[in-house]
Amino acid sequence: MIGLQHYLVVSAILFVMGVLGIFINRKNIIIILMAVELILLAVNINLVAFSAYLGDLVGQVFAMFVLTVAAGEAAIGLAILVIYFRGRGTIAVDDVNRMKG
Amino acid sequence: MSIASSIALTLPEVILSATAIVLMLVAAYAGDKATRFVNGAAVVALIAAFLSLGHQGSAFDGLYSADAFSDFTKPLIYLAAGVSILLSTRFFAAEGKLRAEYSVLILLATVGMGMMVSATNLLTLYVGLEMQSLAAYVLASFMRKDQRSAEAGLKYFVLGALASGILLYGISLLYGFSGTTDYHGVARALADGVNPGELFGIVFVMAGLSFKIAAVPFHMWTPDVYEGAPTPVTAYFGSAPKVAAVALLVRVSIEAMGSAVASWQQILIFTSLASIILGAVGAIGQTNIKRLLAYSSINNVGFVLVGLAAGTAEGVAATMTYMVVYVLMTLGSFACVLQMRGEDGRHVEDIASLAGLSRRQPALAAAIAIFMFSLAGIPPLLGFWAKFLVFDAAVAAGLMPLAAIGIAASTIGAFYYLKIVKIMYFDEPAAAYHPVGSYVESGVIALTALAVSPIGYLAIPMLGTASAIAAKALF
Repeated sequence: MIGLQHYLVVSAILFVMGVLGIFINRKNIIIILMAVELILLAVNINLVAFSAYLGDLVGQVFAMFVLTVAAGEAAIGLAILVIYFRGRGTIAVDDVNRMKG
Repeated sequence: MSIASSIALTLPEVILSATAIVLMLVAAYAGDKATRFVNGAAVVALIAAFLSLGHQGSAFDGLYSADAFSDFTKPLIYLAAGVSILLSTRFFAAEGKLRAEYSVLILLATVGMGMMVSATNLLTLYVGLEMQSLAAYVLASFMRKDQRSAEAGLKYFVLGALASGILLYGISLLYGFSGTTDYHGVARALADGVNPGELFGIVFVMAGLSFKIAAVPFHMWTPDVYEGAPTPVTAYFGSAPKVAAVALLVRVSIEAMGSAVASWQQILIFTSLASIILGAVGAIGQTNIKRLLAYSSINNVGFVLVGLAAGTAEGVAATMTYMVVYVLMTLGSFACVLQMRGEDGRHVEDIASLAGLSRRQPALAAAIAIFMFSLAGIPPLLGFWAKFLVFDAAVAAGLMPLAAIGIAASTIGAFYYLKIVKIMYFDEPAAAYHPVGSYVESGVIALTALAVSPIGYLAIPMLGTASAIAAKALF
């Protein structure tokens, strides 16, 4: 029987993978955007699992809001990435160093 | 509560979002020629939103609440938004990039901030925060052709999205273990002991919000974003979103987690001390004035959190008073940064170019000196009073070590503020600045300098009463 704990563990693993994907990744900014999506999906699993467990609809409504906002966030992130690429001609993480200190 | 009365309570947000949509259409049809009109209309909308404040109550089944606390905070946000719109016109015209959508984005971010301040439910909190953040990412990369601006936007976006993710994870845990997203419901669930799931939720929420107010250890985006973003946008980032995020943090800590003070108090004590010390040490050796002001803002957030860490009504009142003074100092100092233009008319940000300013432009040098002394918290200026209040609240709540270390660390901070004053008054003059000649900017500088000067102490009784009433609304 798959219970609440199993969902929480999967969600925690996804969340940690997302955070590590942002910090350990040294290659490509697109991968960072994917890692952000992974974090948001981990949250959604949490919300839906809790919602089913508690028999309370708020968690599922919240998940729909998170999905909507995630779509907007991805759109803005990609737009910023495009203007960045136009100026610099690269999207490697190690090249994001015009400012330091 | 009917829909009509709920909408009446959210009137400021309704006005701002409706104006933003209409102005977006104007900008789309008339193009960048309409910029000055759009900016003017946006300021009028902010004034209208300010005038529509004052109705109090709870709207939309407890999702949104208009109370004394939000009535205290929102005028401050509208002021910062209005000033950054006024400062933008000449700046972007000088850089040749006058664009109509600037004030639309500011208005949309301001709607989000109003939601953050009034949120009494974790769902409203999240939606408001994202509304503010999404507009802010675009604003940071507003000068599309400038590589530093694009990089600032990219860094702000990646770290801001991570912060939202962390915050959301905390919210999902709080929801799961307390069974509700309502602040008061969460508070009731936390009252009978904090279980590990709820504790994780509190820690993640605190971490996500520390990101938004740029408190150590989640401050690393601040210097880069402040440096890369166009100066009027930086002035905005330094004031309005910070007020909104601090107000949000205050409301969540007191209304939703007020029954579990012990579990977040030590987090706040750590972040406030770390911010004070790192903000002071990091600013030493900076050569860019906007970077220096970024570290100064980290430093100031530390002092703000000292007041909140006390967890009392006096502490909250001190925190909100500090934010008022901080917004005035920030807007004033960034208006001064806008006066720094090289001979070719381009804006410069080198601290070295301030050398001997007292002999070239004595009034500007005096204004910068006032802001620096006030940020350092030196007595006759208003910055001292704000610091005094937060430390007073901390001592009253029995946090003597926090207050002692904070005061000791603020002397480190005084070093780099005084260094700027020394460069302006005692160094050999550098090349003269290109004259700016904008009445709006001189007006902003003069008014804010006057407000933080000893004359500002006349407003203290009024400010004290207002902030005490605002704080009482949360307890």
